[in-house]
Amino acid sequence: MTLLVTVFAAVFSTVAWYKKAPNDDMKLSILCYLYWGASIMWFVDAIFEYAELKAAYFTPSLETMANDLYLGLSVVALGLVVWLVVLLIKDPKGVVKAALKRK
Amino acid sequence: MACFLVPATEALIVTVATQVLIARENKLLPKFKREDSAALSTEAEMKTPFSKKLRWLSNLLWGGSFLLAFEHVWHGEVVPWFPFLTAASNPADTAGMLHEMSTVGVAMAVLVTAVWVAMVVFSGAMEKNALKPVKAAR
Repeated sequence: MTLLVTVFAAVFSTVAWYKKAPNDDMKLSILCYLYWGASIMWFVDAIFEYAELKAAYFTPSLETMANDLYLGLSVVALGLVVWLVVLLIKDPKGVVKAALKRK
Repeated sequence: MACFLVPATEALIVTVATQVLIARENKLLPKFKREDSAALSTEAEMKTPFSKKLRWLSNLLWGGSFLLAFEHVWHGEVVPWFPFLTAASNPADTAGMLHEMSTVGVAMAVLVTAVWVAMVVFSGAMEKNALKPVKAAR
């Protein structure tokens, strides 16, 4: 479930990045790298788990699924927070700088 | 247990390599500019420098390792006190952790690198296609 949530986040962030590409003012590429990197790594994890559990891998208990979903959503939220921090620090549009100067 | 440490280590090495490459490219730049041929500069503009491509890899590795590290904290496998990895506190768990790092961790690093190689090959082919009309015009 964590892998699935992260893959969806990766796909959505890539589509959002592509819409504005090559302009990356919003630094959406950061989200792509975060989610795709994690998706590839969790995919490997899933392969190893499948090799161990076989078909049982696809029929997890409700509790496991809920926990994995909760983890997946937390991962997506953490990725968004990282992106936001980087965006505000790099401030490609100069919005933060302008706001600070106005004060 | 600590599989994310393998791609994180690769990320560190790739980041250092990228910085070295950027420094080398910057050193070469003035010499390249002296040649100052219009065609050469067009070619250079259309080609993505290898340091930038290497940064794709380091970004993928850092991004993935960071989110995986969070997952390990979630599962209580990484803790904020020494030895930081719960599996490192007893030899039996340490052996399991090392086994996981050498199998799952290495496979993760290899797959991310393979995806990056595919990206480099694909972008290289696209650049070649874009350069064809420039070369034909010369």
